[in-house]
Amino acid sequence: MSFGNTPSAHRKKRLTQNIAFFIFRLLSFSVVAILVVILGFILVRGISVISWEFLSEAPREGMTEGGIFPAIVGTLCLVVGSMLFAFPIGILSGIYINEYAKDSWFKRFVKLMTNNLAGIPSIVFGLFGMALFVHQFGFGDSILAGSLTLGLLALPVVIRTTEEALKAIDNSFRIGSLALGATKWQTTRRVVLPMAFPNIITGLILSIGRVSGETAPILFTVAAYFLPKLPSSVFDQVMALPYHLYVISTSGTNIEASRAMAYGTAFVLIVIVLLANLLANWLRRYFGKKVKMN
Amino acid sequence: MNSVETKDVHLYYGDFHALKGITMAMRKNQVTAFIGPSGCGKSTYLRCFNRMNDLIDGVRIEGEILIDGVDIYKSSIQVDDLRKHVGMVFQKPNPFPKSIFENVAYGLRVNGTKDRQFIEERVERSLKQAALWDEVKDKLKKSAFELSGGQQQRLCIARALAIEPSVLLMDEPTSALDPLSTAKTEELIHELKENYTIVIVTHNMQQAGRVSDYTAFFYLGELVEYAKTKTLFTNPKDQRTQNYITGRFG
Ligand SMILES: Nc1ncnc2c1ncn2[C@@H]1O[C@H](COP(=O)(O)OP(=O)(O)O)[C@@H](O)[C@H]1O
Ligand SMILES: [Mg+2]
Repeated sequence: MSFGNTPSAHRKKRLTQNIAFFIFRLLSFSVVAILVVILGFILVRGISVISWEFLSEAPREGMTEGGIFPAIVGTLCLVVGSMLFAFPIGILSGIYINEYAKDSWFKRFVKLMTNNLAGIPSIVFGLFGMALFVHQFGFGDSILAGSLTLGLLALPVVIRTTEEALKAIDNSFRIGSLALGATKWQTTRRVVLPMAFPNIITGLILSIGRVSGETAPILFTVAAYFLPKLPSSVFDQVMALPYHLYVISTSGTNIEASRAMAYGTAFVLIVIVLLANLLANWLRRYFGKKVKMN
Repeated sequence: MNSVETKDVHLYYGDFHALKGITMAMRKNQVTAFIGPSGCGKSTYLRCFNRMNDLIDGVRIEGEILIDGVDIYKSSIQVDDLRKHVGMVFQKPNPFPKSIFENVAYGLRVNGTKDRQFIEERVERSLKQAALWDEVKDKLKKSAFELSGGQQQRLCIARALAIEPSVLLMDEPTSALDPLSTAKTEELIHELKENYTIVIVTHNMQQAGRVSDYTAFFYLGELVEYAKTKTLFTNPKDQRTQNYITGRFG
């Protein structure tokens, strides 16, 4: 065995590694590049229509003029509404599945169902929401029906996120707490949840991003084609950004004339999702620090 | 006087017979060491005393375990009460991601103590008992994770002492520590036995010799020999004990 003079087998090994790394790097770069192109494309076309008027006024002239304020408000209503529904139920289910449920057929069944729920196409949620909330419960096309439908869509994501975050907490912390005479609930609330919190919250906010961009579930449950006034109760219809985008790109009165508005709307939607992701990152770091300190 | 007493204890993990009829008694305010090759059931037996085995699916226990005269497996026993009475320190230090102060106060808080002054006094006393006070008294609000491994283990001891158990179980408490921290912890065990009954699992025979008054040798789920530490190490009765302490297996 000697250093210095490299036998050809070693050279070949290193060459293989270099080629592999080159390919990996190339692929990662292309993913980033695609993202940048999409964002840049929307940005360049959308930025010119962004103005105070665009953000604060209702659409006019067959949606070729004016702004998208009602749609922004509508989307915010739906996001808040769906989260009020999905967060408590989803988080509690996640806690139950990971902390309480014994490994039984029931637990496996629940997990299987949540996974399947996550795989159902969102249009099916829309159809189901229409049948159940709009008609059966008689909520009509409303913020309530739309929020519940979107909430159902977010539920599996919230459950999974909570579950994964809890699973990542080392068991020795639970054992340590139980050995001091804490009950299971005290252990969960005082030790496990604070540790899992940063990751749970990140997942929640990512699910907000998902919900705010969905069109299919709101199509038959809440979204209005054109409704320039703001909602006054949860039983009102609203406009929403993704649906508005769909409408003015496909079935507006004058599609060419509203093209710029469409890019502006897409731009606002993307900014909302990006802001949510930034917030998620920031919260994770903020709470991550706090958990260690307190 | 006996603090922990077990009669013909059998434990099964599913089909696996891990403890095979163990009868022994541990004296109050003495240190009892469990030795034996790894996998012989020392930890399993220790976890019976604060019912931590309850947390493992598929465990079945037979026999009787009395702590300070009370049958701890009878139905009227609340496990959280039992665990206040029987504290435990683990192999790997496992402080909570909280401040040093809150780590020690935790056991008090979960057991319903609200009185701030009482908690502060108890935290200070426990940290002093665990020989950690001087090192941390100026940074009680700092995260426990900033302490060294040895300090973290003493913090875990303080945490266990804060709720004033009568029995303290230690499962290889120094196996993750450096020699200096190990020496400190052993010294601490020596001082603690004045107020506590201590049962310590160790794979280190020198340690058993240094810290314990009585030693029990386990092999394949059985209690092979149990005697005063000096007697067991100088004059073992069973061939298997002799083989083990002379390093012929394990
Ligand atoms: N949770 C468990 N499930 C199944 N078997 C276990 C479990 N814990 C320990 N055992 C088995 O029980 C025996 C005793 O283990 P343990 O008490 O940890 O031994 P020791 O502490 O003496 O090294 C070993 O054979 C081990 O594999
Ligand atoms: Mg062990």
